[in-house]
Amino acid sequence: MRVLVCVKRVPFTGGKMVLAPDSMALETRHLGFTISPHEECGVEEAVRMIEAKSGESVVLTLGPAEAAEQLRDAMALGVDRAIHLETDGSEWDPEATAAAIIDAIRADEAASGPFDLILFGNESADSGGFQVGLRVAGALGRPCVTGLKKVTIEGASVRCEQESEGGRDVYAVPMPAVLTVKEGLNLPRYPSVPGRMRAARKPVATMTPTQAQARLELASLVVPAGQGRRAEVLGSGPSAAPAVVEMLRKIGVV
Amino acid sequence: MAPVVALIEHADGKAFDTSLQTLAVARSFAAGQAVHALVLSSPIRLDLELGRNAVFALANDLGHYGVNVAHIAEHEALDSFAPDAWAAILGQLADQLDATAVFAAGTERGNEVMARVGARANLPLATNCIAVSAGDPITLTRQRWGGSLLEEARLNSTRPLVTVAPHAVPIETTEAETKVETFTPQLKEQELVVRVIEHVAAAGGGVSLAEARVVVSGGRGVGSKEGFAIIEELAGLLGGAVGCSRVVTSAGWRPHTDQVGQTGTKIAPELYIACGISGATQHMAGCKGAKRILAINSDAEAPIMLNSDYAVVGDLKEIVPAISKEIRANRGHAG
Ligand SMILES: Cc1cc2nc3c(=O)[nH]c(=O)nc-3n(C[C@H](O)[C@H](O)[C@H](O)COP(=O)(O)OP(=O)(O)OC[C@H]3O[C@@H](n4cnc5c(N)ncnc54)[C@H](O)[C@@H]3O)c2cc1C
Ligand SMILES: Nc1ncnc2c1ncn2[C@@H]1O[C@H](COP(=O)(O)O)[C@@H](O)[C@H]1O
Repeated sequence: MRVLVCVKRVPFTGGKMVLAPDSMALETRHLGFTISPHEECGVEEAVRMIEAKSGESVVLTLGPAEAAEQLRDAMALGVDRAIHLETDGSEWDPEATAAAIIDAIRADEAASGPFDLILFGNESADSGGFQVGLRVAGALGRPCVTGLKKVTIEGASVRCEQESEGGRDVYAVPMPAVLTVKEGLNLPRYPSVPGRMRAARKPVATMTPTQAQARLELASLVVPAGQGRRAEVLGSGPSAAPAVVEMLRKIGVV
Repeated sequence: MAPVVALIEHADGKAFDTSLQTLAVARSFAAGQAVHALVLSSPIRLDLELGRNAVFALANDLGHYGVNVAHIAEHEALDSFAPDAWAAILGQLADQLDATAVFAAGTERGNEVMARVGARANLPLATNCIAVSAGDPITLTRQRWGGSLLEEARLNSTRPLVTVAPHAVPIETTEAETKVETFTPQLKEQELVVRVIEHVAAAGGGVSLAEARVVVSGGRGVGSKEGFAIIEELAGLLGGAVGCSRVVTSAGWRPHTDQVGQTGTKIAPELYIACGISGATQHMAGCKGAKRILAINSDAEAPIMLNSDYAVVGDLKEIVPAISKEIRANRGHAG
């Protein structure tokens, strides 16, 4: 079988959101980069599927040259090869992102056959549009199930479990299909040293797509108010316990 | 003048608060244009008559939130959730009304249905907005990073699709006469391919993380799986639930269902006790709804100290058991 997983490079912010001087992006000079935990689970699931069924797993990203780092990370975990849709690093809206991914999928499928499954995160970590996967599925005319915490291949169809009020909702759709997944789907492995060495030799196909006209345009970023109240220190060490219990009594939880 | 239309999610005869919050944003965008609502219903539910009456009463009641016309769409396929069918119906109603904008709550289902509406009609969608103003272009404010950051954006669209961030804007009440109408949707077979075929109830037992009044949470500072015994003990004494940070779930110390944060559970307890958690923005995105936060951390300069109400500085391995002991001692006196 063939499985594609789409990931987005985002900054790994710490305890505070700090904006670049033009307020159009986060200040990332001192930050590392990563992908969403949802997408990490997507990568792990793609690798496990191919380990179980054999075939080929492919990772795709649309992002700056530096996003090659995230592709190598995915390949270090076992993904076979990568597609890099290289941009100048500016923000692409969800429609433009989906359009470029759709073109890339069509081209890859024309050359190598259809993907049985295409995996996305339920939402990207930074912009949280909740839509790129559904747009790709719509254009390809494939069923799409979202927010999955469990995926089981059963013959030509896939059983999908989604957390819902008081339990799980279950879907079953025929493949080829598009799935969006959430953290908790699995527990991703850590990359091994041999895995990293193999990843360095795996193929990355780099293309430069043209950006469709954005219809949802970022104007500026704003750090929301209400952050930065200083805690009242009730004490230090175990001797603070009586003060804590006094506070608990005051707010009515004991 | 053409109206705006909003999707109303409901259960047990009650509209979701998130949908009522959505109506407040839709009404301010509409600025005098009519506000229409779509309520989906199935005629083959077990509670047939009760269900139908309840849906009618719910639709009729939307006048309190500024809805001029409520459309009840009935279809037997709506018996279980089918997101493409929901999107088809919402799209059909928007077409029929020539709606100037379509709104839904930024819930899991709201976001997914609207993304499908956007994909079908080739229209842009802005998710998790907290304010939207009409104009050319439309201007809006939306949440990023699970609400840790806001984005001002321009939306160029003849029919903007907007979802409203849950619990970020208040419900507004008003008095409008609501006309209730029925809407007969046309559904194709392929719109029912993706549909809930089974609901598996969660294994009961314990206080649910999302609903607990008190959550005691542990982070990397707890040190190990076994280290959570003292966290469980305190949570038990307070009748609360155990939570954790992502470092803890990634290490396999706790299941992901315990994780609080942007990619975990979002909680709003009376009290959140964060033990050995640094306070990364992605963690705080999950607990910022807490009424009060107590941080227990060995680092007096940890970021969580700037996002909490109370703090105890020191080793959680000593402090947490001391608090449990103190609670027990107090109960001893009382009893
Ligand atoms: C897109 C994305 C989504 C994410 N989603 C989530 C999410 O949903 N939930 C989440 O939690 N994280 C999430 N993260 C990860 C997040 O950024 C942090 O890495 C994580 O929250 C840190 O966990 P921590 O506070 O336990 O560990 P650390 O940051 O390592 O902090 C440990 C803290 O414990 C204190 N400490 C150590 N020993 C002791 C002791 N003996 N006594 C008292 N204090 C002690 C230290 O001073 C420190 O402050 C996400 C990250 C990304 C990029
Ligand atoms: N630039 C990108 N490159 C590759 N995949 C992406 C990109 N942006 C979004 N995606 C995928 O689409 C999912 C949903 O993104 P969004 O619609 O922005 O919330 C993400 O979790 C990724 O799997």
